[in-house]
Amino acid sequence: MNIATKSSFVLNRRHLLGIEGLSYDEITGLLDLSEEFVTLNRQVEKKRTSLRGRTQINLFFESSTRTQSSFELAGKRLGADVMNMAVGSSAMKKGETLIDTAMTLNAMHPDILVMRHHASGAVELLSQKVDGSVINAGDGAHEHPTQALLDALTIRRNKGRIEGLTVAICGDIMHSRVARSNIVLLNTLGARVRVVAPSTLLPAGIERMGVEIARDMREGLAGADIVMMLRLQRERMNGSFVPSVQEYFAYYGLDSRKLAFAKPDALVMHPGPMNRGVEIDSSVADGAQSLIREQVEMGVAVRMAVLEALSRNLPNA
Amino acid sequence: MPADRRPILLANARIVDPSRDLDFPGDLLIAEGVIREAKRGIGAAGVPQGTEVIDCRGKIVAPGLIDMRAFIGEPGAEHRETLATASQAAAAGGVTTIVCQPDTSPVIDDHAIVDFILRRARDTAIVNVAPMAALTKGLHGKEMTEIGLLKAAGAVAFTDGARSVTNAQVMRRTLTYARDFDVLVVHHTEDPDLIGEGVMNEGEFAARLGLIGIPSAAETIMLERDMRLVALTGSRYHAASVTCRETLDVLRRARDQNLPVTASASINHLTLNELDIGPYRTFFKVSPPLRANDDRAALAEALASGLIDVVMSDHNPQDVETKRLPFAEAAAGAIGLETMLAAGLRLVHDGSVPLLRLLHAMSTRPAELLTLPGGTLRAGAPADIIVIDQDAPWVLDPDSLKSKCKNTPFDEARLTGRVVRTIVAGRTAYEYA
Repeated sequence: MNIATKSSFVLNRRHLLGIEGLSYDEITGLLDLSEEFVTLNRQVEKKRTSLRGRTQINLFFESSTRTQSSFELAGKRLGADVMNMAVGSSAMKKGETLIDTAMTLNAMHPDILVMRHHASGAVELLSQKVDGSVINAGDGAHEHPTQALLDALTIRRNKGRIEGLTVAICGDIMHSRVARSNIVLLNTLGARVRVVAPSTLLPAGIERMGVEIARDMREGLAGADIVMMLRLQRERMNGSFVPSVQEYFAYYGLDSRKLAFAKPDALVMHPGPMNRGVEIDSSVADGAQSLIREQVEMGVAVRMAVLEALSRNLPNA
Repeated sequence: MPADRRPILLANARIVDPSRDLDFPGDLLIAEGVIREAKRGIGAAGVPQGTEVIDCRGKIVAPGLIDMRAFIGEPGAEHRETLATASQAAAAGGVTTIVCQPDTSPVIDDHAIVDFILRRARDTAIVNVAPMAALTKGLHGKEMTEIGLLKAAGAVAFTDGARSVTNAQVMRRTLTYARDFDVLVVHHTEDPDLIGEGVMNEGEFAARLGLIGIPSAAETIMLERDMRLVALTGSRYHAASVTCRETLDVLRRARDQNLPVTASASINHLTLNELDIGPYRTFFKVSPPLRANDDRAALAEALASGLIDVVMSDHNPQDVETKRLPFAEAAAGAIGLETMLAAGLRLVHDGSVPLLRLLHAMSTRPAELLTLPGGTLRAGAPADIIVIDQDAPWVLDPDSLKSKCKNTPFDEARLTGRVVRTIVAGRTAYEYA
């Protein structure tokens, strides 16, 4: 079975390296296309053939469960041959550089490379050295464009719009690529974005990225339609950025008391994986206002849309 | 008489001598490796027989440049740069004296290594080489080096290169001891703890790129501390590379108190800013980092006013292995010997720094600070001279660079003005074809 999507949206660029630089129309084009895949993914027959013959390599220099499996499933449902490179255990450990790895993979003629790397800008560097399309699945603290797209899709489906909403992004803004991609995307679509964090976790100059800044949850969550929590890495909790887990949770962890500062119909999101009891309380994560599981579902649809829209722009498409 | 030992007359030139604040049309005669005279109307008739007469109409004749901070790989990293290749790059850029830094392998912290450098330079280099020696043994910042013996061997100043001495007690004692030998202490002023994992200037642009920033305070705090120690010890002190507006305030206050303090700025910080990094271009990763354009403009102003004494290249060759990496993982450093003057002329052409000031900061002032004989066109000075075509437009082709590494931030840059001839000790070491 291969019914063409109603949306004929084409992403007229070779790579998706970030949200920065995407237009309003490109973002909504991707979201509209994603909606069709949401429907498809809820059917028994989920298979399409639009990427038949294409090779997709998932190159993850940083381990990931949900993003990698989401990209793998998305590629397979569209008919691509998908290969996962477990880089942690391969050539890079033997001293091969990122560029050498890129050249080696490029010689195998992949059409699409999905890459995650711990260094900001690494995906951009790779994209300069290969012939196919590169999708950024997260580079350092820079961007994670498909996460922001899936967050936007989740918000739009639940609130009916994005423009005019107040979104509070809370936690480790400094080290978060999810925060950066979301800030850019939500601003492009006309939302009001607020970041809420202790000052040690806010990068200098963040106020110039189109966000309001709050240092406490009461002020930060006031009037919020969406509360987006970020993961706090273990190594940042030992006194280097915040004094302890206990103190962080007391002031910035989302529990039902703090959630009450937001609008009554506010919805809660988290890109995962969650640290329960650090940045979010289980009662909120699993509660009625949580969209966290839906985000995962949207992830597959959004990644299918990105793969589809980019592949329509590949040579011989 | 062999051709390269013939007297040379640089005729019909614009003679620019920053050591005497002179800028006049005239001729300059060189014989036996020294400057005989520079004046109006020597003419071809007034020179010894066999003199090579070079017409320099429309060109500037100035003292050869003295580059006060260049990192060379010899000994230990000859794959990146040798004294020979660095000297060829220097000659092509009008640098007649390279002041090399001690962070070699082994470190220049022993007089035998100073001796080695000087001998290697004599045998392989086509320009003068003057080594700085380490301020502390192994550049570890813990114990002072043999300042007396190193100076006697030929070290022109003392520095820990791109490292800061974080221990204030070590710094105080070293400054105190250095004073007895009247040596210049050159210090990289960056607090490593405040740098942390930082890789570029702190601010909006770093936030957007998701890179960790280095605050100006990392530099300012270290310089503030050093100013107190200089006040305590009275030693001659030189800030190796100042980059930001706030640091200039610290420097200005020290000058107002008549402390014996001088400073350099690199050509990179005077002509580039953090936005040049663009999409993670690692050739723009330098240490200290490129700052905001406001800082750059403040540096240019400070150079024009004389608050900044010296402009240096901060030449630091890095190869593909260390540069073709994600930004945070790439090595810092940019080559600069060949482009320092041409890049500096941008500041002259845009009116922010007068030509005499620029050349003073690249020749006369380093000579004074390091007590080297060059940096002047006075009769009797060594004939280290450059001829500059101030208005020649050109585009930098990295493949044409003489340096072993091609990590130039001026890759494909449009430049105006270039060196057309470099004379070292009376011999032409470089001629632009």
